[in-house]
Amino acid sequence: MPDFRNFGVMLRILLGVNLLAFCAALMQSAGVSDWLQHYVDMAAWVQPLLIFNLSLLALCGDLLRRLAPWVGQALVLVAAAASAAELVDFWRFMGFDDGGWQRLSRAALLSGMAAAVMLFYFALRARAFSPALAEARLQALTARIRPHFLFNSLNAVLSLIRAEPRRAETALEELAELFRALMRDHRDLLPLADEIALCRQYLNLEKLRLGDRLNVEWGVVDIPDDLKVPPLLLQPLLENAVYYGIEPSNEPGTVRIRFARKGNELHIGLANPCPAGGGAAGGNHMAIANIRERLALYYDLEARLETKEVELKDGRREYRVRIVLPCGRAKL
Amino acid sequence: MSAAQTLAVMIVDDETPARLRLHDLLADLAPEMPNAVVAEAADGMLALAAIEGLAVDVALIDIRMPGMDGIELARHLTRLEHPPAVIFVTAYDGYAVEAFELNAVDYLVKPVRAQRLLAALQKARHSRPAAPQVLAGLQQGARSHLSCQERGRLLLIPLAEILYLKAELKYVTARTASREYLLDESLTHLEEEFAERFIRLHRSALVAKDAIIGFERSAGDDAETQWHAVLRGVPEKLPVSRRQWPLVKSYAKQRG
Repeated sequence: MPDFRNFGVMLRILLGVNLLAFCAALMQSAGVSDWLQHYVDMAAWVQPLLIFNLSLLALCGDLLRRLAPWVGQALVLVAAAASAAELVDFWRFMGFDDGGWQRLSRAALLSGMAAAVMLFYFALRARAFSPALAEARLQALTARIRPHFLFNSLNAVLSLIRAEPRRAETALEELAELFRALMRDHRDLLPLADEIALCRQYLNLEKLRLGDRLNVEWGVVDIPDDLKVPPLLLQPLLENAVYYGIEPSNEPGTVRIRFARKGNELHIGLANPCPAGGGAAGGNHMAIANIRERLALYYDLEARLETKEVELKDGRREYRVRIVLPCGRAKL
Repeated sequence: MSAAQTLAVMIVDDETPARLRLHDLLADLAPEMPNAVVAEAADGMLALAAIEGLAVDVALIDIRMPGMDGIELARHLTRLEHPPAVIFVTAYDGYAVEAFELNAVDYLVKPVRAQRLLAALQKARHSRPAAPQVLAGLQQGARSHLSCQERGRLLLIPLAEILYLKAELKYVTARTASREYLLDESLTHLEEEFAERFIRLHRSALVAKDAIIGFERSAGDDAETQWHAVLRGVPEKLPVSRRQWPLVKSYAKQRG
């Protein structure tokens, strides 16, 4: 049973049923010219039904998911058929339709069938994206840290042991924490505060190597403590920011990270400089595509990730990543 | 050089801790392998400035550095009168390591171990520096500078300043707005490496695409018209061969 409150699921139902109506209109029409007219006539029936049923499903979604799948599916079919029959009866009452037993059953059957097709589609889709597959996919996608970073960090820690043993200790502790996070089971959402702490540890380690070349600006405003996000959502992006934005440049650069809550959405913004001659960031695209796919697995259409390169007023270029997440629920 | 003589070492790495670590290791190895760090630099350009007037036996060079990378630095170093032996140091770079193995170029992986460093220094003491062609093969992408030797000094020519390259007898000259340089390179290789930046006008001239400001027809009264490219910043005009003219013209057209 799909999550009827998910925007992606709703959109799929809307589009799917309208596609069915579109086909049906073509079958009814004599030629292509009156096809659209038939569809518009049909839409007067289809849209109210769709909206009513979508709201009903959104309200009762949690209840339906608790039942055995076949009971849930049967209930959805009954609801679709009954609401169609009810609509025909209402139209008769308003004087738009002749009504009658024949009309009533026809509407119920058509609506039930459309519902059955959609349920079948979601069942197929669920099988294609079964949790086991999705989990395996997530495990594979969760970015592994660059070996480049690991070996450089170890090298930096080694250099500190003699001169500043205490800083070396802290750095090794942070490295251990980072690897604990990387080797964790990656399926469950984690508190955003944990991800931020992880990112801070990561950036501390990078600062050890890069010193004054790396500056970081955090903007964390009004973020609820219980907010959860997919694990390792930001760390790979920061790693990219350092690898492509800071390391290739002699000049000091700033990585900016901003969090803001807008209504029921969490907005995350990351920015890093694009050094001249930094070249195309091939690996960067891979990491971005990776996170985008993970977001889709967790949130379907309700999350998005955008990237762009902007030119600042002083002529320098900046690479920006923006992630928008729904606060709270995820599919898995 | 006798075995007891002190080895003059240069360290080039953009990360301070990485340089510190090599410093420590070299100090540890001093009883077995007398050495002294004579120069340290945070990138390729600084390294070339630092090495001037110094006798350096071995250069320990990080590969991934801002500005000029380690491999390009090593290529420029080969033009010195007494080029140092180069040992590359890299954190992790599958491609580079494979290429080093293939070409028997010495390298160390970070974190560097004292024993490996000692072995590399001993080897460097007795081997000849890697050939320029080998280093050229290791480089991914194009260099940021060309270099040449003049009266014992190494000169760096930023690629962006070069207006054209011309083959003359044994040498290739590079022309910038201010002067000419004699290069020890082949025009064909330069054309391959910098295909994005230069366009061929005739058999022995490559011109920077952004240096062309127009074309002039020669005022000869013979039947064959000869075109010349007019360049920004220099008075001389370069002839365009009849074979290259259609290509050059189409390029000029698409640029508007």
